[in-house]
Amino acid sequence: MENITVKINGVELEVPKGTTVLEAAHMAGFEIPTLCYMKEINEIGACRICVTEVNEGRGFRLVAGCVYPCSNNMEILTSSPKVIESRKRTLELILSTHDRKCLSCVRSGNCELQKLAKDYGVEDATVYDGIKNEYEVDNSAAHMYRDNNKCILCRRCVAVCAKTQGIGVIGANERGFKTYIGSAFDMGLGETSCVSCGQCIAVCPVGALSEKDYTKEVLAAIADPEKTVLVQTAPAVRAGLGECFGNPIGTNVEGKMAATLRRLGFDKVFDTDFAADLTIMEEANEFLDRFTNGGTLPLITSCSPGWVKFCEHYYPDLLDHLSSCKSPQQMFGATAKTYYAQKMGIDPKNIVMVSIMPCTAKKFEIGRPDQSAAGVPDVDYALTTRELGRMIERAGILFNSLPDEKFDDPLGISTGAGVIFGATGGVMEAALRTAVYTLTGENVTDLPEVRGTKAIKEATYNVAGNDVKVIVTSGLANARKVLDDIRAGKCDAQFVEVMACPGGCVNGGGQPQVPMGVRNFVDIREERAKVLYNLDKSMPLRQSHENPAIKKVYEEFFEKPGSHKAHEVLHTSYVKRKVNEI
Amino acid sequence: MKTLEELKVVRDSMVGEVALRTHGNASSKYERHVLVCGGTGCTSSGSPKIIEELKKEFAEKGLTDKVQIVKTGCFGLCERGPIMIVYPEGSFYSRVKVDEIPRIVDEHLIGGNPVKEFLYEETVVGDEIKSLDDTSFYKKQHRVALRNCGVIDPENINEYIGRDGYQALGKVLTTMTPEDVIQTILDSGLRGRGGGGFPTGMKWKLARNIVPNADQKYVCCNADEGDPGAFMDRSVLEGDPHVVLEAMSIAGYAIGATQGYIYVRAEYPIAVERLNIAIKQARENGMLGKNIFGTDFCFDIDLRLGAGAFVCGEETALMTSIEGNRGEPRPRPPFPAEKGLFQKPTILNNVETYANIPQIILNGADWFASMGTEKSKGTKVFALGGKIKNTGLVEVPMGTTLREVIEEIGGGIPNGKKFKAAQTGGPSGGCIDPSNFDIPIDYDNLIGIGSMMGSGGLIVMDEDNCMVDIAKFFLEFTVDESCGKCTPCRIGTKRMWEILDKITKGKGTLEDLDKLEELAYHIKANSLCGLGQTAPNPVLSTLRCFRDEYIAHVVDKKCPAGVCKDLLSFEIEKDKCIGCGMCAKQCPASAITRTDYIAPGKKLAAMEIDKSKCVKCGACIATCKFKAIIKK
Repeated sequence: MENITVKINGVELEVPKGTTVLEAAHMAGFEIPTLCYMKEINEIGACRICVTEVNEGRGFRLVAGCVYPCSNNMEILTSSPKVIESRKRTLELILSTHDRKCLSCVRSGNCELQKLAKDYGVEDATVYDGIKNEYEVDNSAAHMYRDNNKCILCRRCVAVCAKTQGIGVIGANERGFKTYIGSAFDMGLGETSCVSCGQCIAVCPVGALSEKDYTKEVLAAIADPEKTVLVQTAPAVRAGLGECFGNPIGTNVEGKMAATLRRLGFDKVFDTDFAADLTIMEEANEFLDRFTNGGTLPLITSCSPGWVKFCEHYYPDLLDHLSSCKSPQQMFGATAKTYYAQKMGIDPKNIVMVSIMPCTAKKFEIGRPDQSAAGVPDVDYALTTRELGRMIERAGILFNSLPDEKFDDPLGISTGAGVIFGATGGVMEAALRTAVYTLTGENVTDLPEVRGTKAIKEATYNVAGNDVKVIVTSGLANARKVLDDIRAGKCDAQFVEVMACPGGCVNGGGQPQVPMGVRNFVDIREERAKVLYNLDKSMPLRQSHENPAIKKVYEEFFEKPGSHKAHEVLHTSYVKRKVNEI
Repeated sequence: MKTLEELKVVRDSMVGEVALRTHGNASSKYERHVLVCGGTGCTSSGSPKIIEELKKEFAEKGLTDKVQIVKTGCFGLCERGPIMIVYPEGSFYSRVKVDEIPRIVDEHLIGGNPVKEFLYEETVVGDEIKSLDDTSFYKKQHRVALRNCGVIDPENINEYIGRDGYQALGKVLTTMTPEDVIQTILDSGLRGRGGGGFPTGMKWKLARNIVPNADQKYVCCNADEGDPGAFMDRSVLEGDPHVVLEAMSIAGYAIGATQGYIYVRAEYPIAVERLNIAIKQARENGMLGKNIFGTDFCFDIDLRLGAGAFVCGEETALMTSIEGNRGEPRPRPPFPAEKGLFQKPTILNNVETYANIPQIILNGADWFASMGTEKSKGTKVFALGGKIKNTGLVEVPMGTTLREVIEEIGGGIPNGKKFKAAQTGGPSGGCIDPSNFDIPIDYDNLIGIGSMMGSGGLIVMDEDNCMVDIAKFFLEFTVDESCGKCTPCRIGTKRMWEILDKITKGKGTLEDLDKLEELAYHIKANSLCGLGQTAPNPVLSTLRCFRDEYIAHVVDKKCPAGVCKDLLSFEIEKDKCIGCGMCAKQCPASAITRTDYIAPGKKLAAMEIDKSKCVKCGACIATCKFKAIIKK
């Protein structure tokens, strides 16, 4: 690649041709602020916060640094008085349309707009006040709300929905000053074929988008002496929760998380990883059954409720490919309210099952039909990692000073196979470990081919003389390509893993928001996934079928994978849905 | 038509026909041609009924084989529509009424004597009838882009061919390399007529060379004319659609494209219909399609209809819209020459720009460059509107002064009012005050005095126009038409409008003027696309040229032009009032009542206005014959 020379704030620098002003500045150690820009996803130059002075030989002028390419001998000023003044004035204009209710905003403290207003010394946020558009909050979806009174029209949500997820149920409506983000024909989000993935929330710079918060209800249940409140934590939560308390991206806080949940007053602190192992037992069995008995192949995983809903809306003809296994969250709740309730002699009606999830679609999933093994919902409240973070702050728990503690028995026992569920490829790897053992008796623990953040990963393994081809994908726009191939009969794989969120649950829609200025330069998917793979490596047991608690639950309750009982409790069914019509 | 020889045969058969209308060597099958304007203006003032009546009369009186009726495009003098011209005399009938037709048929078409009382007054001098070209409206005009408008039947490809149509395409395909074509356009000095004034040849050159071995390129035509009051593109499309098709094909050959798109606004139904007919005829005759004139060159054109968003005239928004997305601009670079429509190298030229191309090819770059100023060559079409006698479309050489256009061609300001300002460039342009009246109009001069060429809208204002109100009007347009993508334009223009609104209501302060100016410069420097970057121009130019008027609103709380209602009060001068009560009858707010006072010499008691009820509509002033009502 050809290099060119640029001078940034007086510092000379060689950069590859095609480098943007923003990237070059970053290399030279200068941050250019952004609001709309998301690398490769939302390069629209709309918010104008990134304006930077450049001189290409005809004098200095302002350009959008996020998308403007460097040219040879370009002079760049990232913080000249003109630049600062321009950014400040643009911020003041944005603030004139914003509701500025910071004190009661869920994003106060990690709002990108609030930070910029502080950084750029906005003394009077009302200086350009005038007519304001007023919007009703859209509460129609099960998992989130949209408050356009806070929206700054950066369109990150629109881009991530359309481009990353290939869905596009939101977009700009009206135009000019009246522009707002919404769905076609002003449908509520809940009426559209939104899949609840929450990626829009994860990228929202302000408090316009947020999950529906159920922390109050959970605290009330904990305070109720009649109730046994159980909590389960998804694998990816331990890789993200630490960020809520200032820890670097990619910090493992499993022990502190268990300790904090106990201090919050949960009666038992369990781990969804247990149910991940259980899922593997059922799903590997289902796969082997379909593989040997000529069932519908490829089998596609069903752990990700955003993906399941996507399949129901957009590929209802492929629902037979979906594994009938409930997701680990639901298997956990179902097992807790049947097996565990029976074992402990508790009425399942008095069990409150709370899950901590990196996911917003889990909030939708708990309300699905055919997810009530004990006659009551398998899971009562699905909280996001962010909601847990807020509960901890409210309880005044000094998270970082807590000792590391362990999960409770028996539903807190898990293997390395369970923990990697939180990263793309993890379910596939875990399933293959057990499938290979079942067919050959061999122990396989590391399958690097299915790891990593590549859009679509393919691998073929020879197992007991049979070639098994697998495909792993994450991000629903990527999934579309695989599904189109399956639909067209061009897919020769036997087993496919799909996760709705790019990179899997570690990058789920319920994980702590990372400022886009960081995300544009750090791959949070990789950093968080490392936590899970390191945990996997450090665990004594790394294959689901080795989990002693799993062995016991089959001995005492389910008999064997795929049994009648297992089907009653651990499996589910799907509904054909239409696009933008429930 | 597979070959140039076949084209020549058609041309030779038609050339004598159309020459009847252009003082050339005529050899028409008909004694006379009656040209009736079928443009949008004359169509709405009734030209279809004129044609109907003519046909009826012809059938009754046996003229059908003797006199040809030709429905043409726009003649330009829309103020006088519907217009009908009879050749070979060139008799110009204006504001023609259906019931005048029988007399014109009897006396002129049969009897040979033009009906003077129906002719455009200026063409009748005593017993003489002047040629149209000697009237003040047409005398200084020079028609290049509008060459065929009002001359040919736009729905008949053969008439276009009779006016050398498709000769330029033939010449290009058989005797020139693409590089020759681009060089000719470069040498001609032609600059984009859509507003920006970028050299057309340079655009083509970039699109030809910037991406080597591009698998696909596109030629687009911007027919999304959106400036309020501008209609030159519409007139070309309605009056001479084939010229656009021919020029786009030439551009396709020059840059190496095989597909063209015309993005035309759906509010131009006549233009759309004629373009569709023209494309169909061009395809049937082999001017569009595969192996044009037996060469390897293949090119086709499709229409895309715009839904009327002003921003879709911006090149990247236009392409985004053609792609089927919400019409919003995207950041440049990459420029369309590199990544345009569907991310392929694309050129986009405006209708009027294209309308010049075939003539440049046929007459040479030097011919074109001989017209105009040093940096702006050729002619420019202006849509004259506002407070001017001759509303309409005029084409003048670059370098003509504003005074010539307004006073001579436009006939000056009606009703003896005083000229105050001219606005060029539509909502992106600025106001020009009388001190710049004698500056030759070209791209650079207009920018130099704080306005711009734009697409060529020219709105004239007189002493009754309030410049703050005018600025507010244009800003309201851009506020409405902002796409809402970038912050400065979306919010900033709205805030500017609010400040102007405050000022026109008498609530502005001097600090507001500073804030207005600061915001204006901010929006110019920070907006994503040309719409936002130019939206503050009407405000900045009026602030510069008419600051005293702003000050009058802010400090004295007065609107000197008497436009801003909140700053006006209506009063009846009791000594002038005869008490007729007409004003009270007209008043929609029942704000006028009778007093007890009878002025000396009057018989009835005078009227008075209750200011708390008055809505300041002005109906009373308009109705009072005694000038007894004043607004202050």
